[in-house]
Amino acid sequence: MSMFSRRDFLQMATVTAAATAFSGSLTKVAAQQSLSQDDLLSFKSTGKLTLLHITDIHAQLKPLYFRPPSENIGVGDYAGIPPHLVGDDFLKHFGLERGSALAYAHTMVDYVNMARTYGRLGGLDRTATLVKAIRAERGDNNVLLLDGGDTWQGSYTALKTGAQDMVDCMRLLAPAAMVGHWEFTLGEERLLELVEALDYPFLASNIVDNDWEEPVFDSTLFHDVGESRVAVIGQAMPYTPIANPRWMFPNWSFGLRTQLLAANIKAARAQGADVVVLLSHNGFDVDRKLAATVPGIDVILTGHTHDAIPEAVTVGSTIILSSGSHGKYLGRVDLEVRQGKVVGHTSKLIPVFADVITPDNQMSAEIDRVRAPYEEELGRVIGKTDSLLYRRGNFNGTWDDLLCEGMMAVRDAEFAFSPGFRWGTTLLPGDDITIEDLYTQTAMTYPAVYRLEFTGAQIHEILEDVCDNLFNPDPFFQQGGDMVRVGGMGYTVSPSSAIGSRITNMINLDTGEAVDPDKSYVVAGWASVNEAVEGPAIYDVMEEYFDSQSTISVLPNQAVNVID
Amino acid sequence: MINVKRRTLLTRTAGLATAAFFGQQSAFASVDEVTAAIDAFTKGVTPDSGVITLTTPEIAENGNSVPIAVSVDSPMTEDDHVVSVMLLAEDNPNPEIATFHFTPHSGQASASTRMRLAQTQNVVAVAKMSSGAFHSASNNIKVTIGGCGG
Repeated sequence: MSMFSRRDFLQMATVTAAATAFSGSLTKVAAQQSLSQDDLLSFKSTGKLTLLHITDIHAQLKPLYFRPPSENIGVGDYAGIPPHLVGDDFLKHFGLERGSALAYAHTMVDYVNMARTYGRLGGLDRTATLVKAIRAERGDNNVLLLDGGDTWQGSYTALKTGAQDMVDCMRLLAPAAMVGHWEFTLGEERLLELVEALDYPFLASNIVDNDWEEPVFDSTLFHDVGESRVAVIGQAMPYTPIANPRWMFPNWSFGLRTQLLAANIKAARAQGADVVVLLSHNGFDVDRKLAATVPGIDVILTGHTHDAIPEAVTVGSTIILSSGSHGKYLGRVDLEVRQGKVVGHTSKLIPVFADVITPDNQMSAEIDRVRAPYEEELGRVIGKTDSLLYRRGNFNGTWDDLLCEGMMAVRDAEFAFSPGFRWGTTLLPGDDITIEDLYTQTAMTYPAVYRLEFTGAQIHEILEDVCDNLFNPDPFFQQGGDMVRVGGMGYTVSPSSAIGSRITNMINLDTGEAVDPDKSYVVAGWASVNEAVEGPAIYDVMEEYFDSQSTISVLPNQAVNVID
Repeated sequence: MINVKRRTLLTRTAGLATAAFFGQQSAFASVDEVTAAIDAFTKGVTPDSGVITLTTPEIAENGNSVPIAVSVDSPMTEDDHVVSVMLLAEDNPNPEIATFHFTPHSGQASASTRMRLAQTQNVVAVAKMSSGAFHSASNNIKVTIGGCGG
């Protein structure tokens, strides 16, 4: 079965075939002429029901650059299969031409040239245009738009408004339901205040209260399309209280809770569901394993790991669609349902090329309205970069190295730790750095930069612990996030080794000496999950650092050596 | 650069502790101690697998209070019932968590509690049946420093 409309795909995959020999030589005008809104929307539809999926927007309302990762390593059974493919391996696997629009949307190959050619992706007003067009094509009631979470965090305005900006804009997009992860870092009280005012349910099958282990949120949304009944079950990021500060929502317990999920699937079927959709913030590999271990899920719309895969993957009879992040893509799955069973599907990730999609006026106006009180501060220039600045990848990106440099300088530390968040946008060489740019890397509710002494042995223990949360061969034991970024120190890492033996050869880059297990080092870092952490906020520390720098130059990190 | 400020900072913050990241280290149970506890419970009989459902989180949200639930499939009649279930944490300083006792009047053999886990380890449940047979099940629970989730 061809799940994917090969023809649609090839259109975008080869529009620049003639220009590939001169990568980046295609002018912006030519690129935009060869790609149209209609191309992006073209889709081999099937059945009556359409699921649209947007996830991990991280509060990005405007079009942006987001460089795909150079490393996305899978271990054990998950090595070398989607989503664990990058660069040319990704292009080869999906049959994409170098230099094509899709190659730019999905890989970091020749990134700067491609970015200058094809421009920014995303923007919620562009997404709104696509959603409206698909609703018009299929009929309003036949389209379920689902928000995979990490929607309410990641920008200056979301931080300053307690996510009111995102709630107001998403109301116009009118999803049928959402799930959460970073939403919980608004704290229990603010989260509940926003959730209670939503026009649509905030689902979580896997959150129970600590006292009685009773559900805190609705688990399931039912929706009837023609003769079929769809059940959407929500799954919050299972390890939120471990990856993020538990003290901000102390009454709730998360976890995978596969038995509870199985019970909710059974209950949905008992209430007449023909199609069971899991709207998940588990992460791709967790959901791949979940599809193989929990029966009865027809479709998983997955988020958290920010993986953008051009078409849905199937595991047994479960369809898994992973719709990327930052508003770069809109995921679409059409389902054909016969006699209570899913008998066919087509799918596609639609890259939201900002320059070729006409913005939706209503959404544009709302975005302008929520940003208006902050527009001057958002645009305030605090620096300039000569280098490509990005974060995403298993190990240090250039933005991370910059944050580490800033923390070590301003807080006078020998080493720095910066969390392996997957969110944060990209700046091209020559760009100004604005307050808005700085906050896309740092806007969150526990930003204190601590300054502590750790022994070399303790640093090793931290790196091993975080590394196991990323590379444990069993995805159910992966807590999420990329590897913690370390400043001032180099090391060798073997992802396929066992915990305790992955990290070797820790070197103090300043002295060239090995890190001594018994010696104490002063370490600065941010985003500690502990309560009452003392220190200035990361965005203030960085603003002070930018004041002391003329132009930023950061070469790609050479201090982390990855081995088998 | 900003040396004056950096020196001030250095003085002001030099005393910060490191305890936040690391729990207390303590003496952990030996393998012998765990084996001895199971042997004492089973009187040397090797437990079979199956019958027991042991429910624990994959990763502990709070190592100081980890929920654990155990249930044993049994008709719970005079002739065929679960007598008791012992829970052990293999790498805790004191591995014995609890032993639950049942009678046919219990109706079902299930119980739940919370335990403290010193580190990543296996938790074992051993059930004693009225027939004299024993069953066991074990789950691995990860205890992690946390943070850095993105």
